[in-house]
Amino acid sequence: MPRIGTDEWVEQQELRTEYYTGLTAPARRAFDRVGPGPRFFAFLGICALFPFLTDSPFLIRVGVNVLLFALLALGLNIVVGWAGLLDLGYVAFYGFGAYTYAWVSSGQFDIHLPTELAILIVVTASALLGLLLGLPSWRLVGDYLAITTLFFAQIFVELTTNLDRLQLPWMDEPLDLTGGPNGIPGIDRMQILGIELPGVRDYFFLLLIVFALVVIGLYYVNESRTGRGWRASREDPLAAELMTTPVNRLKLLAFAMGAAIAGLSGSIFAAVQTGVFPQNFEVVLLIMIYAALILGGAGSISGAILGAIIVASVPEILRTPENARFLFYAAAIAVLVATMRPWQRLAVVVGAVVAFGVVVYQLVALAWPEGVEGETAGGRFSGLLGSWMVIPAENQELIGNIAFVLLVAGVLALTQLRGDARVMLLVPTLYLASFVWENRLIAQPSVTRQLLFGAILVAMMTRRPHGLLGTPRVENPV
Amino acid sequence: MAALLELREVSKSFGGLAVMSRLDLHLDEGEIVSVIGPNGAGKTTLFNLVTGIYRPDGGDILFDGKSIVGKEPHRIAQLGIARTFQTLRLFLNMTVKENVMAATYGNTKARVWQSALRTPFARREEREVDALAEEKLSFFGKRLIGYRMEQPAYSLSYANRRRLEIARATGTSPRVLLLDEPAAGMNPVETHEITELIGQLRDQGGYTILVIEHDMHVVEGISDRVVALDHGEKIAEGSFEQVATDARVVEAYLGAKAVREGKAAE
Repeated sequence: MPRIGTDEWVEQQELRTEYYTGLTAPARRAFDRVGPGPRFFAFLGICALFPFLTDSPFLIRVGVNVLLFALLALGLNIVVGWAGLLDLGYVAFYGFGAYTYAWVSSGQFDIHLPTELAILIVVTASALLGLLLGLPSWRLVGDYLAITTLFFAQIFVELTTNLDRLQLPWMDEPLDLTGGPNGIPGIDRMQILGIELPGVRDYFFLLLIVFALVVIGLYYVNESRTGRGWRASREDPLAAELMTTPVNRLKLLAFAMGAAIAGLSGSIFAAVQTGVFPQNFEVVLLIMIYAALILGGAGSISGAILGAIIVASVPEILRTPENARFLFYAAAIAVLVATMRPWQRLAVVVGAVVAFGVVVYQLVALAWPEGVEGETAGGRFSGLLGSWMVIPAENQELIGNIAFVLLVAGVLALTQLRGDARVMLLVPTLYLASFVWENRLIAQPSVTRQLLFGAILVAMMTRRPHGLLGTPRVENPV
Repeated sequence: MAALLELREVSKSFGGLAVMSRLDLHLDEGEIVSVIGPNGAGKTTLFNLVTGIYRPDGGDILFDGKSIVGKEPHRIAQLGIARTFQTLRLFLNMTVKENVMAATYGNTKARVWQSALRTPFARREEREVDALAEEKLSFFGKRLIGYRMEQPAYSLSYANRRRLEIARATGTSPRVLLLDEPAAGMNPVETHEITELIGQLRDQGGYTILVIEHDMHVVEGISDRVVALDHGEKIAEGSFEQVATDARVVEAYLGAKAVREGKAAE
């Protein structure tokens, strides 16, 4: 007998969702049982431990960046994920917050306000600017709003770069507002409730507290009438309006709240960096924030956080060849494990790649001894590669480039083939990928970083087009 | 008795095309009035004028004795005029319950900061909205409650989407319900059910209802009064029998030629 209010299908549906398979099943069931609240506090706890696990200022700085990114992604999520407004001027609010903090807490105008007051001014000013830049959204939607707001982002960079000699009619000397391309250096450290924040570690904790408050607040707002109003306006503005929702007012509210969060992050950024420069707030950053949000899943708080963690930390991990190599092989194996079924086939492919490499190595060694005498970048796994990977001692760059083109052709062919032919081609392609990696990409970490990062993003988005933690959406047939 | 909703000589034209000319219409408290007319007669335009999507070029629209011309659509909805759409316009990616809860925006007061801090007031209001949504959804028997409340609206069948549109409209706590072809695309059983439901909405829900409908069985079954439109003008008004046999109505639907030939055949 089904429970009241449910029917047989539902009973089965609930059973189905509870029925996880595989090794991770108990963990996933346990994860489901814990509510979002405890999950979030567990996450915060882990984050709070992070500065105690490392002494490296660099790593803590990466942590600060991750939190800044998370805040920015959360703010953008209000506008883009919930209210559904494509706002490409978002990064200007971040910059505006940073510059506003700089104006009231540095030697630029010799104003040194208490931090609390400075932050209040920054948040209010950013929210007001958000209201102003949100006004076009009353009339423009989609692409049109996007290009209009992008224009604002560009204006901001132009203004900050050029407002160092502003000639006002009532002043004799030109006014230096932004310091031009040199920015505003020497910004005060923050001092909150009488506590000085001298080091990066202190800002990490400050950011963690701000982050926690923002997440909790946004979680509740999302569940409230305001959150429903935003989502309703995103789904169908006309229907929302006719269901008593003041759509235009809610759009402005979304812009203002997003801008306030961005401005707040900007002020902390300015204090951490003790300086602000126009190039900190260029369109590249905007794209990275969007990448974080879309990768994690627009409309989802946890998605925005996860996306920010990936986008802010992966390029840092890829900075050193050793880590990059580890990530490369780990990712390759993870993708194989995740996509190859049954496991026997996986075992055959992995075995075949190893065997293929050994054979190729021996053949090259016979035919052209210099072909295996090159040296790869050192590090943990270089020993393992010794008699497997062909490393030419000369013409490495040229051979690497040719191999790269072959690799791209191989991957394209893979997408077209099905069945056994695909598995057969997969073996040399995997080897070729490792070859290109060891010979070409690892030699130039600065380029590789971007390439590999892009590849990771593409792979993730292909697997989950709606983002890692996002929910698939349907389009309104209007 | 003053009419709850009254249109006085309302006109509207797009460019040179007059889609509504000097229309008089009134809707008394507790009435069910059907609007019929061929395609392009101005029925949906009438709804768009009343709900504030269009602003009339001339004339006045009074709700509860006060003019609502020029008010923003969400204000008009908040005053107590709710509608459904001929082409469904649900919030597809929100849950069934959220669709109805979203319609309470104008009748709730919690500010953003109150929601963010979960103040007792915000929490109480949220509970009330939740209960209201369940109540409105339970109007449709078991079709929209239970597990379905937490499902996204896109998972609903077509007929259930139509029901949810009505439920969402009642979520605004209206006095007047404007239903735009509630039986469109429904099978005969569902159409019959909708006919009964519209009666129940009036009797139990206490709504005054203005309904656009093409299915004459539905119109006959529910209407206290029928208004026939053609080219934005009222061509007949009265009981179903009066309107259905009105020469101008028959002409509007079938054409003058058909009427002449029909007469000749008699």
